[in-house]
Amino acid sequence: MRRRAAEPEPGCRWAAEGVGPVDGVHDLGGVQGLGAVEREENEPVFHSDWERRVFGMMLATLGQGSYNLDEFRHAIERMNPVDYLSSRYYEHWLHSMQANLIAHGVISAEEVAEKAAQVRRDPGAAVPTRADPELASTLLGLARQGASTAMETDASPRFAAGDKVRTRNIHPPGHTRLPRYVRGRAGVVDHVYPSFVFPDTNAHRRGEHPQHVYSVRFPASELWGEDAEPGEEIYVDLWESYLEPA
Amino acid sequence: MSSQAESPPPVAGTFPQPEEDIAVRAKALEALLVEKGLVSTDAIDQLVSAYENDIGPMLGAKVVARAWADPAFKELLLTDSNAACRQLGIGGMQGEHMRVLENTPQVHHVVVCTLCSCYPWPVLGLPPNWYKYPAYRSKMTREPRRALREDFGLELDDSVEVKVWDSSAEIRYWVLPQRPAGTEGMSEQELAGLVTREAMIGVAEVEAPSGRS
Repeated sequence: MRRRAAEPEPGCRWAAEGVGPVDGVHDLGGVQGLGAVEREENEPVFHSDWERRVFGMMLATLGQGSYNLDEFRHAIERMNPVDYLSSRYYEHWLHSMQANLIAHGVISAEEVAEKAAQVRRDPGAAVPTRADPELASTLLGLARQGASTAMETDASPRFAAGDKVRTRNIHPPGHTRLPRYVRGRAGVVDHVYPSFVFPDTNAHRRGEHPQHVYSVRFPASELWGEDAEPGEEIYVDLWESYLEPA
Repeated sequence: MSSQAESPPPVAGTFPQPEEDIAVRAKALEALLVEKGLVSTDAIDQLVSAYENDIGPMLGAKVVARAWADPAFKELLLTDSNAACRQLGIGGMQGEHMRVLENTPQVHHVVVCTLCSCYPWPVLGLPPNWYKYPAYRSKMTREPRRALREDFGLELDDSVEVKVWDSSAEIRYWVLPQRPAGTEGMSEQELAGLVTREAMIGVAEVEAPSGRS
């Protein structure tokens, strides 16, 4: 795996910017042995103050267009797989935000390392406050209004509800939203959705290339064979180019 | 859960990075972004406060209660979820295209995101850790009945069809749970108080209030 030459901080390992592993550890559907679901009674929204700050910084940088959401997801997918599985959720966000801001030249790895060293030397020093009511209001508005990635295309949908389709058995380098556990499998189009920005290209700044999205229904036996649980169907939302007629 | 005992839990309690180190990294990044004028501390404060106090599962519960009380609203919720939610002033980021699935005595829907942590923020708020961590994401498409039984204590009859929705694109799914028996005389507000986040993800049913059923 390619690594960045400089890790700004210990424990901050990620693959070099750009194209990450094709079939990453994040693609978890059907993986076994990951233990019981651990629920926390009366779980708080955030578990510590650094989680609050990471959450807010992410929305602020995403909301100002420092990177897009597909790039954000892909940088999480490029994390070292051991780190991915053994880190807190908002560590993923911190990794990805920092990786994207560095990759796009907003900040440098050296600046990050220098600032972290400074914080360590003087742990009591508060983060400088900066008020920007206009920015705060814009970002709050974004949270309240949303930002759809639906985008018109001239192409009419290739498939209709009820069509039999098969997912392509593809392993495209980089980001994709075609989960491994449904590749090469036969299903039925359950619902035709509008066209949306295509994450596989948008995550690499290769264009938005909108495509129709379909809810495709798979019987569990098609995915898990004779070990499938009875009376189960799985619905997966798939972009048009992931599919071919069956 | 004895069959899973051989697998150490991959999450809680096994994080190798000390919390203090991550806090340093977060603080350093915030200081850097503030100095460069890229973020403001008031914007962070306000975003955090919105999701900590205002945007959470109580909003989804309000929508569910309205749907239980008003058949026309329920019809709209199931056909155009965003329009229905807008009537109650609910909507926003990560809920631009929501779709509500109705649980019935015959069909049980449950929602997962196997690739990341997609979740309908405007109605459920930010997802709990268990929804985002590997165990739930890995098993829910493969053995949902077993996971619902062993991890959530929800035993479904064999006659109930299970439909699992993997939020792999831009549609954010959530569940309209069944209205429990014995709630006929309750107000919308009282009904909303019964509805849990878990029920709207599809890993639980709404329980009748104690003393009634």
